[in-house]
Amino acid sequence: MQLRTEPFVLNIGPVHPSTHGVFRMRATLDGEVVVDLEPVFGYLHRGIEKLAEERTYSGVIPLTDRLDYVASITNNLAYVLAVEKLAGITVPERAEYIRVITSEMQRIAAHLVSVGSFLNDAGAYFTPFLYMYRERENIVDLFDMLCGQRLLYSYMRIGGVSQDLPDEFLPALRKFIPHMRSRINEYDWLLKENEILLARAKGVGILPRETAISIGASGPVLRGCGVKWDLRKADPYSIYDRFEFDIPTGIQGDCYDRYRVRVEEMRQSLRILEQAVEQIPAGEIRGDVPQLVRPPAGEAYAHVEGPTGEVGFHVVSDGSIAPYRCHIRAPSLMNLTALKDMIVGWKVQDLILIFGSFAITMGEVDR
Amino acid sequence: MKFERYGIGIAKGLTVTMRNLLRRRITTQYPEQRLTVSRRTRGNELVWSKEKCTGCATCAKTCPQGVIHIVTSPGEENSYEVEEFEVDTGYCISCGLCVEACPYDALYMSYAFELARYRRGELVLSRNDMLIENKQASAYFRPEISETLPEQELLIDRKE
Repeated sequence: MQLRTEPFVLNIGPVHPSTHGVFRMRATLDGEVVVDLEPVFGYLHRGIEKLAEERTYSGVIPLTDRLDYVASITNNLAYVLAVEKLAGITVPERAEYIRVITSEMQRIAAHLVSVGSFLNDAGAYFTPFLYMYRERENIVDLFDMLCGQRLLYSYMRIGGVSQDLPDEFLPALRKFIPHMRSRINEYDWLLKENEILLARAKGVGILPRETAISIGASGPVLRGCGVKWDLRKADPYSIYDRFEFDIPTGIQGDCYDRYRVRVEEMRQSLRILEQAVEQIPAGEIRGDVPQLVRPPAGEAYAHVEGPTGEVGFHVVSDGSIAPYRCHIRAPSLMNLTALKDMIVGWKVQDLILIFGSFAITMGEVDR
Repeated sequence: MKFERYGIGIAKGLTVTMRNLLRRRITTQYPEQRLTVSRRTRGNELVWSKEKCTGCATCAKTCPQGVIHIVTSPGEENSYEVEEFEVDTGYCISCGLCVEACPYDALYMSYAFELARYRRGELVLSRNDMLIENKQASAYFRPEISETLPEQELLIDRKE
């Protein structure tokens, strides 16, 4: 007997533990297999680009925290770099080092969240997630010491950073680096060859190299496909050309490769941190910048390698105290455009895993 | 996918679990036990020094949210009298830009962090609510009072 079947539409989200925020996927299923997928976003739209137009240049910095809220520092950095480029401001040496140190700490913290939630999506409910959060707590503690908050730092300033490192900061960071390294080794030993993770993630959700490049993917999603592209090397901003580190890449661009790239990147960040802590000079932390920055009319684009990819700010000035236009290039949004192609053909369980391997932050997608 | 290595993952997992069983707990039973927060804590409140304030309203101009309301009147000898100074902490994002902008070091972030209120009106702080004599100021952007505050308790310093 022939049974008549018809596709079934399943709404996942907007509020669902696996959507990492308020994201909705309208999946059309044939049995268990996804045949069509429509991502729906905009639930977290706050109009940050528009709000930036009515604030002073330094008043935009707290807004940029709220883009990728697990990686505030890199957003701050991208914005202040754009304004500094526009206004032609030079940054003191010590401030550059502090920027690098905080960005790398932030990268480790954000990757810990990504890896933890990816494993959570893979079905290892909350055990690895809480291990990662425990390690992240060390970094958050250091950020608290540095700028008084644990999530939305607003630490960068145009022409430098807001405050100098406290005396107890560098000793604590020196203690943290070997601690973190041993913990990464421990978790890597646990998870690298875990047969369940391999069965779930290896070969699942393959993003072809050409597609990744043509959609403008960046960060671990692009590097997972084997493309050696990291803005810290490709277009060194700040003082990244002074440090020695490698760009980890994946082989075929599946979920497992993206996970591996994140883990290896944490190791490389620790390497950069080690060098920066040794080299950091004494001196000023903020250039001579007036309270109200008035860049000359013109436009500038600056980008940094954030934990999710290339975070870019395009700032247009008309010579007044507020930006005329501030466009944000959000890596999560660019990476998400590959979602449909990657998920169609896989089962519902893989949908959650593939989506989790992107490690998007909705604050950045919707802005 | 072949499962020829099946079992090793479980053994490794149990090893990590055992190792963590012997490590010190890091959770704090919050209302009973408390950690010492950072000296630079940006509490969601402002602390104001009446003596130092000249009423220049730089803080109000800098505030990205526009929550600082300040009214001054000319006083004696080229100075201003601060008549009203109100901060709606319900809209405050504790970015600390006002504290940085203050040219006379008259404004501080607060060291307190438990600031839930029952009514929305209670979130609006008037000048008498913010006086430095009654509140503990934080060392955010005021390094001179940093030494008076207790040292932050760090997770990394705890013994395993």
